[in-house]
This record gives sequence, structure tokens and C-alpha cells, in this order.
Amino acid sequence: MKPPPFGYSRPESVAEAVAALGTAAPDGKVLAGGQSLLPLLNMRLATPEHLVDINRLAELSYVRVDDGEVVIGALARHAQVLADSAVGRAQPLIGQALALVAHPVIRNRGTTVGSIVHADPASEMTAVFALLDGSILLAGSSGERLVSAEDFFLGPLESDVRPDELATQVRLPVIGPLAGCAFAEVSRRHGDYAVCGVAVLAELDKAGELCRARAAYLSVAGTPLVLDLSEAGADPAAAARLAKSRVAPSADIHATAAYRRHLAAVLTERALADALAHARERAGG
Amino acid sequence: MASADLWNVRLSVNGVTHDIRVPARRLLSDFLRHDLRLTGTHVGCEHGVCGACTVLLDGVAVRSCLMLAVTADGARITTVEGLTAPDGTLSPVQQAFADCHGLQCGFCTPGFLTTITAALEDNPEPSAEEAREIIGGNLCRCTGYQNIVKAVLRAAELRSAADQAITS
Repeated sequence: MKPPPFGYSRPESVAEAVAALGTAAPDGKVLAGGQSLLPLLNMRLATPEHLVDINRLAELSYVRVDDGEVVIGALARHAQVLADSAVGRAQPLIGQALALVAHPVIRNRGTTVGSIVHADPASEMTAVFALLDGSILLAGSSGERLVSAEDFFLGPLESDVRPDELATQVRLPVIGPLAGCAFAEVSRRHGDYAVCGVAVLAELDKAGELCRARAAYLSVAGTPLVLDLSEAGADPAAAARLAKSRVAPSADIHATAAYRRHLAAVLTERALADALAHARERAGG
Repeated sequence: MASADLWNVRLSVNGVTHDIRVPARRLLSDFLRHDLRLTGTHVGCEHGVCGACTVLLDGVAVRSCLMLAVTADGARITTVEGLTAPDGTLSPVQQAFADCHGLQCGFCTPGFLTTITAALEDNPEPSAEEAREIIGGNLCRCTGYQNIVKAVLRAAELRSAADQAITS
């Protein structure tokens, strides 16, 4: 249970980090918070040739609300994002989800951008990123590119970051004035990976009627599954039936496929009801 | 081969500065236990689940098994050995564990003590529910947690009494 040997560099700037990744490609790996990577190294499930430790890039440890987006730098820890009251007001879904990411001590080190790049199908933040259709900025030797959430997840633990690229920031749209959101999940033990979870965003029209509802599911597919629930209207039970007919989870050591499908329905019902209540409260009545 | 390179790591541990050359793959937990012989930090699962290896990094509770020593270079670390006053007086959290029988075998205890010490800095008066959230990431296979929850609340009382004694 010790990491295998690896080459190591500790850049002082994004440019240095990108150069180090370029030299190490395709066998380099970025070390940020390390709360997913270190377990993989300790268990020898990952054996990168070279680690590029970005923990000295203080320039990336920001979180801010900017021009209709929450902008999170690659070194912002979950705890820092969760504690940011401006972020909480601008996009409440972020805090609702982060409170369910592992335990407080893990959130002290783990980074939100790292969690998204890691693309674990059980990750809360990948579901939030997919639901809000955020975007991620990647810096590479040939410049920067911005990738939308829709194009970012390629498979379980696989995202569209090239070996010579560093994800430097994630952007998530702020919540609209007539919208509400909620996050619900079930895990075997508090703080564990969720057996199933869902983030819901509900939007009202000016008359206060539901006009659009979308949900993103974790742990039911290899990548975050986004469903449009609008056709079920403001009826959480109908949305639950719709979700149940659309998800196709697989079984593993933690749960059967049927149980996961059942959870997707129950959690959809709860989260949509909560998101509707949240939207009505925010819309003022 | 680059992986055989040694890196100089300077850490202030419990107020004492150490400079030691280690391979990049040295975990902070092993740096503390093997290189510094500070074996109060316990290693349980080595993948971040049990919480026994929790130390304070610049005052923030972190898993020392999920961090490379070289990443922590330049930081200030507090381990369980650093919670006790130089004259041997137990810290409020340590005293509360003794008062409330918050441990049996004691293997997990260093991680609980460091985690709770940091949490009470942020939230000096936790509710019983908040006390459970504070210790949610630490495993104990002996106590059943009830006495640990009591110890969190007792530690908050002891801290607050100590603060009042200083103020008055």
C-alpha cells in the first residue's frame, strides 16, 4: 500500500506545468488534491511514469462569480468552494452537491476541478457540471481550449483532457431568477460513494408554472446521465416514472440494477419536489 | 532514473523544523512515522477511508496517507503528539476523550483527536448532529461512537471554560 516509483516535478506556473506535462506525455498525470489519485497510487491501480504536482500554483486557487458564471480555479479545494457565500447565492446547486462529497477532511484537500476531470461516474460534481452544461478550460502546449460538459465525458474515469493538457478552470452558469435546484442521493454509509444520486434543476415561467425540468444522475451509467423531465410537468411522481423508464443502470457489488433503478425513481421524486419548492421560494411565492 | 531522485522536504512538525531528503513517493504519513519516528499518527487503510492518519496541515485537517511529503514541503504540521502541552497537560479534546471513555483500543484515536481539534476551531459550539458530521469520516471499530460524540460536546465545553478562565 505504497505508491509505485514515479518521476516528479513541482512547477511554479501554469506554463511550467504544461511544459512538464508535454515532456512526460503520454505517461504524465496531474496531482492536485490527490484524494482520488493517491488511493489509486497506494493500491497500485495507477502507475503513472511522472507526476506534475500543481499544488504550488496559488494562481489557480480562486473561486469567483463572474459575468453570469461561477468560475472555479484548478486548485480551489471543495471546502473553499463550499464556504464561499457568493457562490452559494449564485448557484445553490454547487453547495447542495459539495456537502455530499465524501467527508469534510477529504473536502479540505480535494479540488472541484480535479473531481470533474477524474470523471468518476459516482461523483456528485460531474453530475452538477453536466446538468448545468458548464465548460472547462484546458491549457496545452498549443494554447487553450474550452470544452463544454456535453463533450467532456468520454467514459468512466475518462475525460477529454489530452496528456499534455492541464485543466485550469471550470465555469458553471449561475441559477436563473425563476429556477430552483436540489440534490439527493443514497449511499450505504454517510459520505460514501452514492449508490445512486440525482441533481435536478427546475425552471418556472412568469406565471409560476414549471416550464423546464432537467436531471443529472450519478452511478447509473459510465458518464453522468442527463434527462429532460419537462414532459412530466410539475408532478414529481410522473417524473419518477419517467426516470425509471429511462435509466439503464448495471449491477455491481454495491447494488443490483433493479435497486438502482428504483432509487433513481425515488430520488427523482424527492429532488424534483425540492427543486420546485426552491424555485417557488426564489420566485417569491 | 528520475524516480530515484531525492527531494529536500522541510516541515515544521509540532514546532520543530526538520529537513529530510526523501523520494517523491514518500507519503506524509510515512514521513512522520518512519523518517521522524513520530508514531502517534496511525496508518489504518492507506486509502483515505479510516481517518486514523489525520494530521493538521497549516491548521487544516488532512489525511496524511493521501498526501506526498514533498507536496507538503514548507508547511506546518501538527500531529497528535503536538496536541499535548509541553508540561504534559492534555488538550481539551484529549481530556474529553479520557473523561467520556471515548476510546477503547485507541488505534483510531489520534485521527479523531486531530479532526475534532480542527473542527472546534471552526465551530466552537457544535450541536450533537454537527458532532456526528465532524467525526463522520473517521472509523472506530470499538466504541460504537456514542462516547466519541459525547467527547466532542465535552471538548467544546472544556474549551469554552478555558477561554472564559483566560478572559476573566
